[in-house]
Amino acid sequence: MTAATATPPDRSAASPLRVTQARVVLSEWTKFRSLRSTVITLAVAVVITIVISLVFALVMGSNYATMAPADKHSFNAASTSLNGDLFAQLAFGVLGVLVMTGEYSTGMIRATLTAVPRRLPVLWAKITVFTLCAGIIALITNLVSFYAGQAGLSGHDLQVSLTSPGAIRIVGGATLYVTAVGIMGIALGALVRSTAGAISSLVGLLFVIPPVLNLLPQSWTTYFGKYLPADAGQASWVFHPGPGLTDRLSPWAGFVVMCLWVIGLVVIAAIQLLRRDA
Amino acid sequence: MIEVDGLTKKYGDKTAVDGISFAVEPGIVTGFLGPNGAGKSTTMRIIAGLDAPTHGIVRVNGRSYRDSTAPMAELGIMLEARAVHTGRSARSHLLALAQTNGVPAKRVGEVIDMVGLAEVAAKRVGGFSLGMGQRLGVAAALLGDPRTVVLDEPVNGLDPEGVLWIRHLLRALADEGRTVFISSHLMSEMALTAQHLIIVGRGRLIADTTVEGFIAQASGNVTRVSSPQAHALSAQLSAANVTVAHLDAETLEVTGLTAREIGIIAWEEHIPVVELTTKRVSLEDAFMELTHDAVDYRSSADTIPAPAGAR
Repeated sequence: MTAATATPPDRSAASPLRVTQARVVLSEWTKFRSLRSTVITLAVAVVITIVISLVFALVMGSNYATMAPADKHSFNAASTSLNGDLFAQLAFGVLGVLVMTGEYSTGMIRATLTAVPRRLPVLWAKITVFTLCAGIIALITNLVSFYAGQAGLSGHDLQVSLTSPGAIRIVGGATLYVTAVGIMGIALGALVRSTAGAISSLVGLLFVIPPVLNLLPQSWTTYFGKYLPADAGQASWVFHPGPGLTDRLSPWAGFVVMCLWVIGLVVIAAIQLLRRDA
Repeated sequence: MIEVDGLTKKYGDKTAVDGISFAVEPGIVTGFLGPNGAGKSTTMRIIAGLDAPTHGIVRVNGRSYRDSTAPMAELGIMLEARAVHTGRSARSHLLALAQTNGVPAKRVGEVIDMVGLAEVAAKRVGGFSLGMGQRLGVAAALLGDPRTVVLDEPVNGLDPEGVLWIRHLLRALADEGRTVFISSHLMSEMALTAQHLIIVGRGRLIADTTVEGFIAQASGNVTRVSSPQAHALSAQLSAANVTVAHLDAETLEVTGLTAREIGIIAWEEHIPVVELTTKRVSLEDAFMELTHDAVDYRSSADTIPAPAGAR
């Protein structure tokens, strides 16, 4: 290391290049929109939400007259018109997973993390881009679903308007829920790194653990069940008949618990992203 | 400038890199040479900050790469395994990378032209040939106009025209004062491209030498000389630093003197010489000789016990 003989002038200080969080967000936006799979998955989420919601509205509307009084009591027109989100959440979750695992499965992560060696800006940027894109599209989709569903229910005089009590909260709650599921997908993708593994983990967390918990003694189920991410996150917008409704957290408590799940997973993902070899 | 100091990397109980130290100087092309599994790619991943060393320090342009504020201006790297999302076009891929560091979008077009991918820049990378993938990797490495360029097996998959192109490109980058570090398992290719060699085997440093030095060492300065008066010639040639081996009654192998020197001595002593040849060892042979004990995966019937501590 005989110094300075042929060392090029130190350009790094003069170089206009610099990694900033805003630049990494712009980069992730370019990545997000330049993949066909992203666009297709989002389109699937939109179609599932609107079509299934409308089917629910039409079926529930025509069945309403013959429903049991208890079911009539728990019927909520706004919630019914967003039931498609219960299915579309999986598409949003898969999109979140793909945002991360697409990089690992193709090796792109090596280029990404070499360009941004501090790593964390990449995770924040992915979450930001996903939250904005998926959140805005989910909101528009849910508004379309809401109006389509209300139109379907109007034949039975069951429709509500967006200004009816709770309607805005329900539309907003469903939007935040599917977006949060996607962010959990990003975090699980960063942790598990494989697409199949991350999707399985997400499905397990959302759909498998709740029924498995039902095998435990009833007191445990009622105590822990409402704190699971799906139950907590749906407290603000899902009203379905049957047991469990009374054990729900209040809408905002549920939302907070859901956020804690998201934050917890993201923090673990961030720590692992920094610690593990890429 | 890349400084590797006491670098060790273990994956579980497999030691991929075992305490190597070397420096890669700017202004020249340095070849990183070793058989498959020698630890070249691992070392390069650590240089890029992708893997953390178990022990030791790696500095790029004087500091840890993970701490640099303008990473793409410091280091451009192409790793052996592809690092491109197959669903994206070459242009989008490069643009996304450029944006992280604020590299202007017009630079993306420049590097695409530079590596000759202009016609396919809008196509999805999944359909690229190995050679096109290599060119895209080089383009990504050059995006930030980096002071240090590291390429893992850049010649792989390139056609002869591409090989020539990369050779000229690497020389040009070094001539501009950049640090250029390229790996290969082909000695002959390195001899044409590199000026300095870092040779590793089984994660250990075997040689840190100039290409000229390696060639000189490899050919060993052995001269074969035949004479009807071999014994008389042998007596005349004997001196300090000169060894003479008798192959048969008329043939000697002389180490430590050039053919020219031997010819002049013989003429001065009036000893007839009927053959005078400098013995050449091919670079590939010399490399094989040097790394013989350090080859991880060899063909059967030639297995030798591992050197102590290598595994």
